[in-house]
Amino acid sequence: MTGRLRDIAYGILGLGILFAVAEAVPRLGLISRDFLPPADEILHTLLRDLAGRELWTALGETMRAWAIGLAIAFVLALALGVLIDAIPGARAATTSTVEFLRPIPSVALIPLATLLYGADLGSSLLLIVYASFWQVLIQVLYGVADVDPVARETARSYRLGRWTILRRLVWPTALPYVMTGLRLAAAVAFILAVTAELVIGSPGLGLQIQLAQSGGAVAEVYALIAVAGLTGVAVNLAVRQLERRLLAWHPSVRGENPR
Amino acid sequence: MIRRMTGLPLRLVRLLALPVALVLGWWGYSVLSPSFYVPSPTRIATAFADVWFTRRILDDVLPSLGRLLAGYALAALLGIALGVAIGSYRRLRLTAEPVLEFFRAVPPPVLVPLIMLVAGLNDTMKVLVIVSGAIWPVLLNTVEGVRALDEVLADTARAYGLRGPSRLWHLVLPAASPQIMAGLRQALSIGIILMVIGEMFASTSGLGYTVVLFQRGFQIPEMWSGIVLLGLLGFLLSLAFRAVERRVLYWHQRETHA
Repeated sequence: MTGRLRDIAYGILGLGILFAVAEAVPRLGLISRDFLPPADEILHTLLRDLAGRELWTALGETMRAWAIGLAIAFVLALALGVLIDAIPGARAATTSTVEFLRPIPSVALIPLATLLYGADLGSSLLLIVYASFWQVLIQVLYGVADVDPVARETARSYRLGRWTILRRLVWPTALPYVMTGLRLAAAVAFILAVTAELVIGSPGLGLQIQLAQSGGAVAEVYALIAVAGLTGVAVNLAVRQLERRLLAWHPSVRGENPR
Repeated sequence: MIRRMTGLPLRLVRLLALPVALVLGWWGYSVLSPSFYVPSPTRIATAFADVWFTRRILDDVLPSLGRLLAGYALAALLGIALGVAIGSYRRLRLTAEPVLEFFRAVPPPVLVPLIMLVAGLNDTMKVLVIVSGAIWPVLLNTVEGVRALDEVLADTARAYGLRGPSRLWHLVLPAASPQIMAGLRQALSIGIILMVIGEMFASTSGLGYTVVLFQRGFQIPEMWSGIVLLGLLGFLLSLAFRAVERRVLYWHQRETHA
């Protein structure tokens, strides 16, 4: 326990050093204040933003796009993955298509999204869904392929129905993979949500950053970036927590707890 | 022998059936219900040849690729060097970890306006944009890989008096290479994204700029041809990466597949 406390103390020290450097560098004139305002100024701006409403509204818009997009991508990928597993020969037939579509950078769709939806929620959703869909689908495909053939044969000899096999055998086997996919997809979806706002101008955190930058409010830009980073950390932690709860029975997670 | 003869056509059918069906489906759809925004595949193919098999390859595509490679290489170098340093010393790692986790969680495109402000609108800025996003997966994965160094291996190396650069070269880097490659793979897709975004923001040349230009001019087939080119680029780079990965990690894969 004391060891763990000491580890945390080191971490806090690291954050303290970052803050001190960001404070000292502009004050000593190593980097112009126009480019990097002292850290206390950024912190001040951040606190003022946190007290106001604008930031929370923007953050809400971003997280709404994130949640809707992630949910759509997750459900679609899960359904398609299970379907590919259930139809004989479907996996071999779809591999080339999946391997071709997956590495296409989602930002390539930005012009299309702009044309179809303009600076609106639809643009964000198109990018988010495309980017996070593949993360989940690939993991679901790995997961359903991991089902023990003997267990599958056994289930069949006991005349378990399709649905029961899916529920009792395939799902528990695939769940760790599905959760990995969800974790990756959640991070990617957040990145794309902010990117869409930044580049296309749909309302949210990214648009606020864009506005602050063009208005020359440098401290504001840094404060908003900090908000984006902290939100990203929170998203990662939340999904990890969910993973741990849903997989509490799984050896990989069970092994982690005693430490 | 006979088996092989039947196997190859079957594999080709599996490989090509769905893509061909999809393109045909798209084509049929565009013929049946012509849409301004979704031109037929043949229009896009013609536009592709007209747009990209010209001086644009020299003026826009190659410079974009050059910046991508420069930024990626720089990110890889910095990420591995810093990662080895941080991963080797426990206290340094514990101190740096929360800071790194924070920077990794910052969506990389958010830094574009900032880097534009600091570096101005030039090639340096575009390369820096790529580095700023691509470095984190490399760095964090290297730290993980170096940290998880097998203790028996480390002790053996110590017993044999292996230290300094040769320890790094023969022990640390090979042991961490599967993790490092995983980081480099993530970094590649982030690098492509940032290459495009850096050019979309403020630029007068490059792939991202050209695609946005077409979109603003409502040159729809041309815009689609740009999307197709970006897609092809992503696909080819990931193929190239896989080939490199197979060479670097041939010993590792042999081990795991055995």
